[in-house]
Amino acid sequence: MQEEVIFAGFGGQGVLFAGQLLAYAAMHEGKHVTWIPSYGPEMRGGTANCTVVVSDDPIGSPIVQHPGVAVVFNNPSMLKYEGLVKPGGLLVVNSSLVTATTDRDDITVLNIPATDTANELGESRLTNMILSGAMLAVRPMVSIDTLIETITAKLPQRKRHLLEINVKAIKKGVELAQQQLTPA
Amino acid sequence: MVTREQELVRTVVYKHPEALEDVQTHYCPGCTHGIAHRLIAEVVDELGIQDRTISVSPVGCAVFAYEYFDLDGVEAAHGRAPAMATGLKRVWPDRVVFTYQGDGDLAAIGTAEIMHAAARGENITVIFINNAIYGMTGGQMAPTSLPGQRTKSSPMGRDVKIAGYPLRMSELLADMDGAAYVVRRSLHSVREIRKAKKAIRTAFMTQISGLGFSMVELLSSCPTNWGFSPPDALKWVEENMVPYYPLGDYKVIEAVKALE
Amino acid sequence: MSAELMKGNVAIAEAAVRAGLEAYFGYPITPQTELLEHLSKRMVELERVFVQAESEVAAINMVYGAACAGARVMTSSSGPGISLMQEGLSYIAASEVPCVVVDMMRGGPGLGNIQPSQGDYFQVTRSAGHGDYHPIVLAPASVQEAIDLTFEAFDLADKYRHLVFVVGDGLIGQMMEPAVMPEMRPIRPRPDWAVSGKDGREKHIITSINLGAERNEAANLRIQDRIRVIRENEQRSLEWNIEDARILVVGFGTAGRVALSSVKMAREAGLPVGLFRPITLWPFPEKRLAEIVDGGIQAILVVEMNAGQMIDDVRLVVGHDVPVSHYGRLGGAVPLPDDVLHEIEKIAANIGLTATAMAG
Repeated sequence: MQEEVIFAGFGGQGVLFAGQLLAYAAMHEGKHVTWIPSYGPEMRGGTANCTVVVSDDPIGSPIVQHPGVAVVFNNPSMLKYEGLVKPGGLLVVNSSLVTATTDRDDITVLNIPATDTANELGESRLTNMILSGAMLAVRPMVSIDTLIETITAKLPQRKRHLLEINVKAIKKGVELAQQQLTPA
Repeated sequence: MVTREQELVRTVVYKHPEALEDVQTHYCPGCTHGIAHRLIAEVVDELGIQDRTISVSPVGCAVFAYEYFDLDGVEAAHGRAPAMATGLKRVWPDRVVFTYQGDGDLAAIGTAEIMHAAARGENITVIFINNAIYGMTGGQMAPTSLPGQRTKSSPMGRDVKIAGYPLRMSELLADMDGAAYVVRRSLHSVREIRKAKKAIRTAFMTQISGLGFSMVELLSSCPTNWGFSPPDALKWVEENMVPYYPLGDYKVIEAVKALE
Repeated sequence: MSAELMKGNVAIAEAAVRAGLEAYFGYPITPQTELLEHLSKRMVELERVFVQAESEVAAINMVYGAACAGARVMTSSSGPGISLMQEGLSYIAASEVPCVVVDMMRGGPGLGNIQPSQGDYFQVTRSAGHGDYHPIVLAPASVQEAIDLTFEAFDLADKYRHLVFVVGDGLIGQMMEPAVMPEMRPIRPRPDWAVSGKDGREKHIITSINLGAERNEAANLRIQDRIRVIRENEQRSLEWNIEDARILVVGFGTAGRVALSSVKMAREAGLPVGLFRPITLWPFPEKRLAEIVDGGIQAILVVEMNAGQMIDDVRLVVGHDVPVSHYGRLGGAVPLPDDVLHEIEKIAANIGLTATAMAG
């Protein structure tokens, strides 16, 4: 198994943290993992992004041309990455902010109103957790339980009170993804 | 009964300092480097620190100073003696580390290093030999050459419109909060030499007491490159250099005053 | 000890601390600043020496001073700062005192940019300063290797009383990977040759002056003798899929790591490709490379993040026996696995190798 994920959005949307959380979770499951912030050819356009590679085997390139998964938090990221996702890959779209659409039929597209949902939960900064939950519902490169254990371990003392709501957000993301993929 | 004569023989009033090697130096006749070396060695002897003193030699005429001091020593790159001394002193805080630098070394190529060593309050001692000329390379203009001074690279006399003005390093460094003891002395007369030795002693004591950066600037002569006889060169120091570089104490913090 | 997710720069800094680093002198420059920042906290906590110098020139001369005092000492920088350090590096090499220098290479020449590069290969392997010597140069490609090689760099520096470079690039510095830190080692005693004050012994002088051609030639020959021993004993490399390979990809650090992905892809496509990744850039692992090439390699592709620097060392080994080509990205660009694969495929076609033929 090897999964390559690009998280992309504006600075301040928790893009780099979402990537790090996934990397920590993968490490806790004993997998090989690399995390790199905006570096290489993807670093254009004024967005924050990071690439995470999760693998059962030692990882060669930590830089990815065509990710299997792109999680796009805003319109510029959507425009940049929707065309780059590998055929058969997954595009997770923050549909609260992304108005652009894709006409690709060779990838799975999840439209998750993450920012709106986060606001409903009372904390707009939960956008990244909702999108992470949604992604893992479709591509379980680490288990949701591990992700929750990881954030429990990683959240600093002064942010402890936010743990519950973060867990809720992750689960909400899973739920939204499942709803969307299960025919009504 | 011991005679007066025997008593005199028994009392040593002058001898070769332990901290100075008994070798011939490469300095020119009449050059004051030899005096400066001797003063440092006498102070090292008197303070009993020969076993824990490390010298940092410069690039310039004193490049082989380490051969003349009977002390552990290193030879720095041009101007970098204060940086090298910083490295030595930080990892040997209980040793006594001093640099011996000329005006080209300290006031031209090494200006950044000396300023920042002083600004950091680096607990080292700097002996600054200011003879207003580049000696080793054969008499070119130094950062401290006087306006109008003829040198090999200012043959019509230093024109400040072309070459700018000399640096007064003691005045500059005294302004640094990290500097504890910064004074200017001269080697042109016996009286001044005695004052110079006292200053060198205070500078070393400043370091030994952990009070911060100390520097003694010594106005010195270079008869060979100035083109004067040794006595005339000393007169030139007194008549030309001292007015431009006034002797005196530029920074003596209270804790250093308490040492004296 | 369990693995932790660590950024390359921080990992190198902490590995140095655990190797018994007594003193660090440095100047901030991207992309290695986290290294300096980590040490600004750790060294002070441990009551060791940390000084943020006024320039890289001052930093390396502080390193020189501490090295003469026999302390385990390190500095770190990136291309523009390493250029400024050339003076001190040369004096250190001439004085035969040990120290470790980290170069997180960035796009040059000039101010260039802060993107990952391998453009300093010549600078670090040829001399890193005026005069006639080679530093030992170690090139990690992962956070774990960065830790292990930094830890060992201090021992190599001590063993040969020589300069040791650890060279990475912005990517290795910024990348996070799980890695295991070695246990903290005690600070080693200062060596006998150090300057420390002539307490009950003859005085010690450390200098790089050797007036007179004969004297300086003798000093040079002593350095060259040591360099010959290093060259004989310290060549290191890693390799993948070498056994039946006909095409050999050679790359170090990040480029070597990217090339590994390409080699795996080529293997999946049935092409007989192997990877050779030098760990020591100097001494270049010429012995092992020669053996591999003799084992039936028909073409070599050198992948670098520069215009072709290590390729010279590869050519010195293989001469005209085997065609050697180069794929490089410049100025901070990183080669991508697909692009390297494409180069491999072109070479395969040129020498008449096809995936089908291999399968048969």
